[in-house]
Amino acid sequence: MPTTLESVVRERLAERDILLMTHIVLGYPSFEASLEIVDAMVEAGVDLIELQIPFSEPIADGPVILHANQKALAAGSTVERCFEAAHSLSDRHRIPLLFMTYYNIALQHGLEAFAKDTAAAGLRGAIVPDLPFEEGEELLDALAAHALDPIFIFSPNTSDARMRAIAERARGFVYCVARKGVTGAETDFAALDAYLQRCRAATSLPLALGFGVKSATDVAAIRGKVDIAIVGSETIRRIDEQGVDSVGPFLRGLR
Amino acid sequence: MPESRGYYGRFGGLYIPEILVATFDELIRAFEDAKADPSFWAEYEALMSTYSCRPTPITFAGNLTEDLGGARIYVKREDLNHTGAHKANNVMGQGLLVKRMGKRRVIAETGAGQHGVATATMAAKLGFECTIYMGEIDVERQRPNVFWMERLGATVVPVTEGSRTLKDAINEAFRDWVTNMDSTHYALGTACGPHPFPEMVSWFQSIIGTEAREQIQQIAGRLPDRVYACVGGGSNALGIFSGFLEDEGVELVGVEAGGHGAGSGRHAVRLSYDDASVGVAQGYKTWFLQDRDGQMQHTHSVAAGLDYVGVSPILADLHEKGRVRFEAATDTEVIDALARTVRREGLIPALESAHAFVQAFKEAPSMSPDQVILINQSGRGDKDIFTVADAFDDPKWKAFIREKARAYDA
Ligand SMILES: Cc1ncc(COP(=O)(O)O)c(C=O)c1O
Repeated sequence: MPTTLESVVRERLAERDILLMTHIVLGYPSFEASLEIVDAMVEAGVDLIELQIPFSEPIADGPVILHANQKALAAGSTVERCFEAAHSLSDRHRIPLLFMTYYNIALQHGLEAFAKDTAAAGLRGAIVPDLPFEEGEELLDALAAHALDPIFIFSPNTSDARMRAIAERARGFVYCVARKGVTGAETDFAALDAYLQRCRAATSLPLALGFGVKSATDVAAIRGKVDIAIVGSETIRRIDEQGVDSVGPFLRGLR
Repeated sequence: MPESRGYYGRFGGLYIPEILVATFDELIRAFEDAKADPSFWAEYEALMSTYSCRPTPITFAGNLTEDLGGARIYVKREDLNHTGAHKANNVMGQGLLVKRMGKRRVIAETGAGQHGVATATMAAKLGFECTIYMGEIDVERQRPNVFWMERLGATVVPVTEGSRTLKDAINEAFRDWVTNMDSTHYALGTACGPHPFPEMVSWFQSIIGTEAREQIQQIAGRLPDRVYACVGGGSNALGIFSGFLEDEGVELVGVEAGGHGAGSGRHAVRLSYDDASVGVAQGYKTWFLQDRDGQMQHTHSVAAGLDYVGVSPILADLHEKGRVRFEAATDTEVIDALARTVRREGLIPALESAHAFVQAFKEAPSMSPDQVILINQSGRGDKDIFTVADAFDDPKWKAFIREKARAYDA
């Protein structure tokens, strides 16, 4: 396997014109089910997966993922079990897996221990949506020491200068939030061009676009504009409504 | 990019999703501009002296002083503010800032409902649209405040996620804000959250301490020996303490919500029990009631306004520096102190404020009669009539409610 997350992404991009990154909440609806969901995602050809360690105060997440966080915690999802689950998933699957969680989870685990255990679990990096780079030096150093990539976020109201400052610290790819708001609402993909041009100008890393990607039409609309389509809330919504078995067919139908 | 990220010692900061960074930059700029503009504070004082009841008086509690037989007890009357609590100070200040920023809509979280009513009032007066997020449990226990918010034209959204109290209302307000930041200002109600909120809210509330320092010297002839305030997020405490921070001889005492007491797991004490640890949530770093994994825990207090997992980073720092002493008052102590204050002084403190009275009553007897105690009565207790009547198990009140219900059913 190539050494960096970025090179894995680029290698995959040589084979297909848009990659797919999906998201799950560890322990939702149960640990067993979340492992099955990941298996189904990999089988459906997904290229990267975010594994969210649930947090009681997920301020950047919309209602669907918020609810999944709370259900997972109520069902007994602990950070320790999340690490165990991540470990067994990376043993089973070769695609890059990333942690997504809020800063307090890493902080309480110990930033160095968090990075060490994340690497030991076979993950490639972490997305921490409530940690601006100005507050993140210690975690960034710890991640770097364990060859893990921090995934940073651009948003439509991030200034050009700030995008460049973020790009200096970003590794792997950049997560471009498609619009204002939280995860899981509607997005007008046609209006994105100017924003995505700014993102491209700020970084040479691959770009991933998320927030509101939920159909083959959405993926078609951003094909050729970004490198990775991120599907988050929609998978959880499907699982809630139609069960784990609906994941494979849904994802296969996206591109 | 802001020069300061609002650190007080190792507490505070600005831990926000990228989508909000530009909004916070704008808010910080607007706040810095307002602070540097003397006409802004003048406009604020003028508004507070005509629309609210500023300066609020200090009352000598002669009967309690006599009963307790120690220090002379004085009460700063924030309950006499329009809408009945110190919350109005912060809200009217932020309202003027919203006008400066040219926004048209305000949102807020509320626990007791006091901050929600104050925000809805401000919105009605200044002509803003208003949405209030309130935990479902608090909606149930503070119905009179919900009634007034709606009459004032606000939309009250009950929050059904999480523990369904104040912290969850804050999360929902943030979710609204990340969607509507162009038109909307989030008027956070206490000295918590990401920078600049702790500093900004404390700045507006400092009007309490500035007045109190001058008044107490006039009335009591000296500075107080001790100043007591209840601590939810910390805004009324920082408001009154700010007047005395430089006066080394003045001991500052913050009183937290002891709920069912130490070791019960049913309280909201971050600083004076051993149950909290330092973490980052809701955009800032402070002491939180959380488990080992970093998940926020359920809190409890008879006073909805103190029922919160975190505490102002400014107070966390003053605690660490030893400048403010922290104590806790339990639910039963609070009800007793409230009953006593009503009966002996004809003052009706809010359940939140009664926490400060508890600690003052504990300490006054061992102080000498030439010493002076100042208690911040952050709000009035009328809003708590349902909770207090239940605590007193008042038979006539129950009969009245039953009668009312029968009349509605008829
Ligand atoms: C009357 C009153 N006092 C105190 C508080 C606690 O807030 P803070 O600690 O910010 O003053 C509240 C909060 O709702 C309140 O309504």
